[in-house]
Parts: sequence; structure tokens; C-alpha cells
Amino acid sequence: MTIGGWTVMIVSVASVLALAAFCLYRVLTLPPVDVTERLKGPLDIDTQDTIDAD
Amino acid sequence: MAEANTREQWGSRIGVILAVAGSAVGLGNFLRFPGTAAQNGGGAFMLPYFISLLVLGIPMCWAEWTMGRYAGARGCNSAPAIFTVIWRHPLAKYAGGLALVIPLVIYMYYVLIESWCLGYAFTYLIGDARLAQDPSGYFSKFVGMQENGLIYEEGSGHGTWVLLIVFVFNFLLIYRGVSKGIESFCKVAMPLMLTLGIIVLVRVLTLGTPDPAKPDQNVLRGLGFMWNPKPEALLNPATWLAASGQIFFSLSVGFGIIINYASYLTKKDDLALSGLTSCSVNEFFEVCMGGLITLPAAFLFLGVAASEFTGSSFALGFRALPNVFARMPAGQVIGSLWFFMLFLAAITSSISMLQPVIAFLEEGFGLKRHASVSILGVLSALGCGFVLYFSKDLVALDTFDFLVGSVMILVLALIQAVLYGWAFGTQRGHEELHEGALIRIPRFFQFMLKWIVPMYLLAIFGGFCFMDLPSRDVFKFHLGQGVALSQQEVAASEAIQAQFASNDVQLPASATIRPAEGGSWQVYDGDQALPYTIRTEKSLAVYAHEVGYYEKIGNHPVALASLLFVATILAFLLVMVYIAGQRWEAEGRFEHLEA
Repeated sequence: MTIGGWTVMIVSVASVLALAAFCLYRVLTLPPVDVTERLKGPLDIDTQDTIDAD
Repeated sequence: MAEANTREQWGSRIGVILAVAGSAVGLGNFLRFPGTAAQNGGGAFMLPYFISLLVLGIPMCWAEWTMGRYAGARGCNSAPAIFTVIWRHPLAKYAGGLALVIPLVIYMYYVLIESWCLGYAFTYLIGDARLAQDPSGYFSKFVGMQENGLIYEEGSGHGTWVLLIVFVFNFLLIYRGVSKGIESFCKVAMPLMLTLGIIVLVRVLTLGTPDPAKPDQNVLRGLGFMWNPKPEALLNPATWLAASGQIFFSLSVGFGIIINYASYLTKKDDLALSGLTSCSVNEFFEVCMGGLITLPAAFLFLGVAASEFTGSSFALGFRALPNVFARMPAGQVIGSLWFFMLFLAAITSSISMLQPVIAFLEEGFGLKRHASVSILGVLSALGCGFVLYFSKDLVALDTFDFLVGSVMILVLALIQAVLYGWAFGTQRGHEELHEGALIRIPRFFQFMLKWIVPMYLLAIFGGFCFMDLPSRDVFKFHLGQGVALSQQEVAASEAIQAQFASNDVQLPASATIRPAEGGSWQVYDGDQALPYTIRTEKSLAVYAHEVGYYEKIGNHPVALASLLFVATILAFLLVMVYIAGQRWEAEGRFEHLEA
């Protein structure tokens, strides 16, 4: 394993680990954001794709 | 608004993230990524890889999440309807048809590979000695590679039964729906996959020098085999093309899956952080697991001969690694855990491939869940049976994979990028992405989505057409000084063998070099020509002949039949889209949408 190999491996693995840890921490700790409904269209379209489709 | 509460939607934020990440994490993370990296500069490959991730992968994921939720909030879950919401044009729904055929056709062969993983896990569990004695022969027999139709013959092994079990299990999960089926399963499967991966990783990294007689084959050199950078590879366009392709395939961008999954989100759900998290989870499995396990393990027991397997995911996964497990302490247990982990990675992907078509059948034809699942079951069983029957040399599977997993996903991604940047609009996209967002995304990404991503995709597509479609001779390396060839057939000397080996090409010991036309030489093994020629340039240069897909498909009847089969499925789905479109028009389905 060369110094270049060590560098690339450590930087790659550490970057990915840091990003994944940051994202998962935020996902699991932040509360949902309140959003005001601004839809103009109706939502009464029956797509049949319901929780209890049968 | 009461109806909105009964529509299918995700149960929790982490649930949808695990489902999307589960869809992305598949066999490509563990088998395709390390092989591609090793073939394209080792550690140097990571530079174009991360650039592609930042410029192409993550922005495209955000675009798909955004368009999906936007259309889902307007009552549309299937790609033809979603595309029509985004682009109010009669052709939009047909573009969406591509997002149906891609996951469906991929499922047809992916479920087969998934069944191999479960079959191998079971084989290790019961300790079948034949697998350890002859991994290549076992794999050939297991998948019926010697002859078409072999898998259907009596006594051909338990592969067909495993496939049946896996196939039915997929449909049971999808029948339970998005939240109760996909989400619930991924919440269990993803942590389990992580646990199994860590066990295998720790085992591989603590092997030290497994064979004291071969001190060179140790863990550090195994990691070096994967990670040592070869900077000259960065000058080769093929490296950049391979990196972009890997990101694409890995993140499931252009598969028609994310856009469908995102349509089940509500207005309150976050897109920005969820999209980034699913990408990062996928990268974790790819870089931290796939990058540290697969090739280092193969090198520990096979040495530089492991490079022979890097060109094919199947060779690496089902031929090289069983060799490794056969020689590894506790290899039977580790082998079983490894293949079960691959099975989990595969099934969390395969269930996601079914949902887009289910959504279309329900939405386009008003079908109930059991009817849509039954129709899809018949359609996918037909395709799976086709791939299963034409098993010789896996030509049908390879052709399906090329047509859909290489060509169509690029086309669909390009369509989606243009739809987002030019029909949906980056201003609207930026606002929609930040509705309920837990993090802010710089506006620069919208600029990239409008201009850079489509151009980048066009460049990849052009490069792909130029490099992968026609057959061509590719320069590999120069033979060093002191090597001379005559106009008579000679055995490949030790010096020549060593130079080939140092460039990751293992020649057979009996290889010979014969004079050929135009003052060049051809490498032979007995009477069989190997795909290497040596030409006289400033010095002797070795070229490898790479067969392009034009030649591969055009010269093989099974490949042509596979092409016809995929074209038929595409035509069938486009007709279905046309009928669904007529129905939607009659219902005035999109009339309430702003122009």
C-alpha cells in the first residue's frame, strides 16, 4: 500500500462516513417543518393506489 | 381532504430514506464498484467518481425527488402521469413510459441474480463441498451456462426453486403496499445488511497474511490492490465514462424509481436532506463496504490473479469470492453471511422495480392491487422465464442489461434532466425542493441542473456510443526494451509473460506469439486466438481487442431475440400508456393543473 493509496482510501472513506453520519444525525433529530398548503388543484382523484386497495 | 389521508404514503421520514437507499444499494455496490475502480486507475478512479457524484448524481436525485413529490401532491404516482404534470404535452406520457419499461425489464433479470445470491447463501449454510472444490464449474451448472434450457432440466440443481421462492416473496412484499410492504421490509433489511457487512469487513481486515508461504498476499497489499492510485488513468476518457456510469447505476438515477417513490411523500416531508441522506447511505455501502471487502479479500487468496475477475461482477462475485471463502478460516460461515447480505441488497432493489408499474396499472386503468400485482406478475414472469431459458453464456441477461441498464437509463436521465431544467423550471424546482426542507441547498445546484447536468449526460451518452458500441482495438501498454519478435511463431517468454502480468493481464503459460497481417503479431493459446495483438510503433505496443455491442448483438441470435423481446415489452407498455392517456383525457384528469 503506497502513501497515495493510504491517502485516497482514508480521504474517501472518511468523507463518505462523515456525510452519512451528518445526514443520519439530522434526519433522526430534527422535527418536521410546518408547511402551509398552497395547492391549487383538487386532490379528489382516485388513483386506486391506497393503503387498503382491496 | 379526507381522501388524502387514505392515499398510499410513507409512514416515516427514516422509512422513505431507507427505502430509497435500499433501492440504490444493490449488487453494483459490492461487485461492480470495486471491479470498475481497479480497472480504471484504482485510487485515481475516486476523483472522477466523486466529481460525478457531486455534479451528476446528487443533483439528479434532488430533481427526481422534487418532481415526484410535486406530481404526487397533484394525485399522480406513475411516471406517465408525473411527466404529464411536469410537461403539459401529449408526448410527455410516452416519455414516462420509458420509466416503466426500465424497472420492469431490469427486474426480469435482477430477480434471477438475486436468487443466485440466496441459493449460494443456502449452499454455504448446508456446506455443499462441490462449491468449494470447483467454484467456476459450480456457478456454470447453477445458472445453466453450458446450454440453453439447461436450468429447466431435471436434476439441474435447486436454482429454479430458489428463484420461485424469491419471485413470490418480492410480489408478497409489493402486494402489501408502499408503507406496509416496502418500507417495513427495508426498515429491517437495511440494518441487517449493515450488520452482516460489518462482520464480513472485520473478518477480511483481520486476516493478516493468511498463507505464510505467500507473504506478499497480505491485507495491506490487498487494500493497495484496490486503492493505490494510477494517476495516468485520469487522462483516459474511459475512466471518466466508467465513473459516471458507476454513479448512475449505483444511485438508481434514471431508473424511474425515485420519482415514483417520491410521489408518495406529502407536502410536509423533507426532500433536500432525505435525498442527500439516501445518497450518502448508498455511498457508505459502496465505498466503505464494497471498497474495503471485495477486492482486498480476493487479492489475499488469489494474488494478482484477482485482476482477471475485475472485468465482470459475476466473475468476481460468484467465481473469485467462493475461491476465497474456500481457503479462508470460517469461510463457510462468512460465505453464507456474505451472500445473504448480497441477497438483502438485491431484494431491497428489486421490490422498488415493481412499484412504478404497479402504480401505473392502478392509476391508468383503475385496477385494484391484486389485479395489478397479478398482471405485473405474469409480465415479469415471461421476461424472467426468457432470461432463465436462454442461459447459455448468460447472453440474454447481458443483452437485457446492456439495452436497459446502460442505454435506456441514460436516455431517461437525459429526458428527466431536460424536463426538470426546462419544463418544470429551476425557479419552481428550487422553491419546491425547499418546501419542508431541513437543509438549504445552494441555488448553484439549480444552475447545474439546467445547464451542466444535461450537457454532462449528453457527453456521457456520446462517449458511450463511441467507446462501447463499435468493436475496437484499445492500446494497453508498450513492451519494454529488450523484447524482440521474429517472423516465426515463438512461445511467450518469461519476460513477456511478466510484462503482461504487470499490466493486469495473465497470459496462459502455453501462450504463443504468431506473425499476423500488416507486420503485427497475434497472441495465441494453442489454436485459439487471444484478444491481444502486438504492433510495431516507436516500440512494440500491445493492443486488446474489445468487442462492441453492435457486433455482440448482431452476430448472436439469442442477443437479437433479447433485443426483440425488450422492444416488444416497450411497445406493449407504450400502447398501455396510450390507452391510459385516453382514459385520463376523458376524465379531465389534468384540467385543473396550471398551464
